[in-house]
Amino acid sequence: MEPGYYVVLAAVLFTIGAVGVLIRRNAIVLFMCIELMLNAGNLALVTFSRINGTLDGQIMAFFVMVVAAAEVVIGLAIIMSIFRTRRSASVDDANLLKY
Amino acid sequence: MSTVLAAAGVGAGEAWTFWILGPLAILAALGMVVARNAVHSALWLVLVMLCLGVFYVVQAGPFIGLAQIIVYTGAIMMLFLFVLMLVGRDASDSLIEVLRGQRLAAVALGLGFAGLVGAAFFRALDSRDAIGLAQANAEGNVQGIAASLFTRYVFAFEVTSALLIAAAIGAMILAHVERHKDQKFTQPDLMRARFAPGNYPGPKPGPGVYATSTSVATPGLLPDGRLSDRTISPILPKRELTEAESTPKATEGR
Repeated sequence: MEPGYYVVLAAVLFTIGAVGVLIRRNAIVLFMCIELMLNAGNLALVTFSRINGTLDGQIMAFFVMVVAAAEVVIGLAIIMSIFRTRRSASVDDANLLKY
Repeated sequence: MSTVLAAAGVGAGEAWTFWILGPLAILAALGMVVARNAVHSALWLVLVMLCLGVFYVVQAGPFIGLAQIIVYTGAIMMLFLFVLMLVGRDASDSLIEVLRGQRLAAVALGLGFAGLVGAAFFRALDSRDAIGLAQANAEGNVQGIAASLFTRYVFAFEVTSALLIAAAIGAMILAHVERHKDQKFTQPDLMRARFAPGNYPGPKPGPGVYATSTSVATPGLLPDGRLSDRTISPILPKRELTEAESTPKATEGR
């Protein structure tokens, strides 16, 4: 096997995350699917780092982790404040701006 | 240090690791998407992240692999579980499709996307030999990352600190509940309310303990044999005692 297999695995995991974002309704599970997509991107970055023989890819994966941590903090706080006002974590219930 | 100096090619051990953990990661990701319970989804995602952490270590990135395990599975996923417990873990999905055929279309789109991107990457990378990180990791992986991080990427690193501070302040603002001045209770007010007439100041009685049940959801018996609602927490669904459990056992006086 070649290191390219890791990139194929990353593509598959990214797709599963994207499909999860499309078919799930619970806002927290949607968030987990986004985390899965970020993780798949990280796997691709680490593999590229190995293929190219430099550590830049690993450093970018490290920055992605930092951004993901900040994003999770803000996103979960937003989900909590929506839950406090609407008593629901489903994205279908937040439809006040629809009509 | 053999993992740090991982060679360009893929050895047999790494191939075994990949073919065991790769399908496991895909199965766990699918489990995360299809699990009805959000807590199960979170635990499946933890499994995916652990598999990816092993892949990073195998691919000559021990620092990023351990950061993955500590930051993602240790901190971020525990934050997820914490919020799940706050929001209520019965917050499961509704089965009603708002847009008809959306799920099927999403799965078809996903299959097409995975096939296209995966095949494209595979064709692009199949013939390329990996250079490997043996030279970049010559002084150690952490030293190599630190040397780049504090020279070429030092500006991005500084901006990261601003991002983290902004995230912390944003979370505090979002979590803050504005309370009006006359809605605040001081400690003397609370104590006066506690000892006011009509309020029982002591602790509430414990739940019922029976030969067949010691659940916190079983109410205790009053001296006259009735069940007392004050012995169980109002957030618990009350467990009704069966006839056999609530009738006196006639063991008194023996």
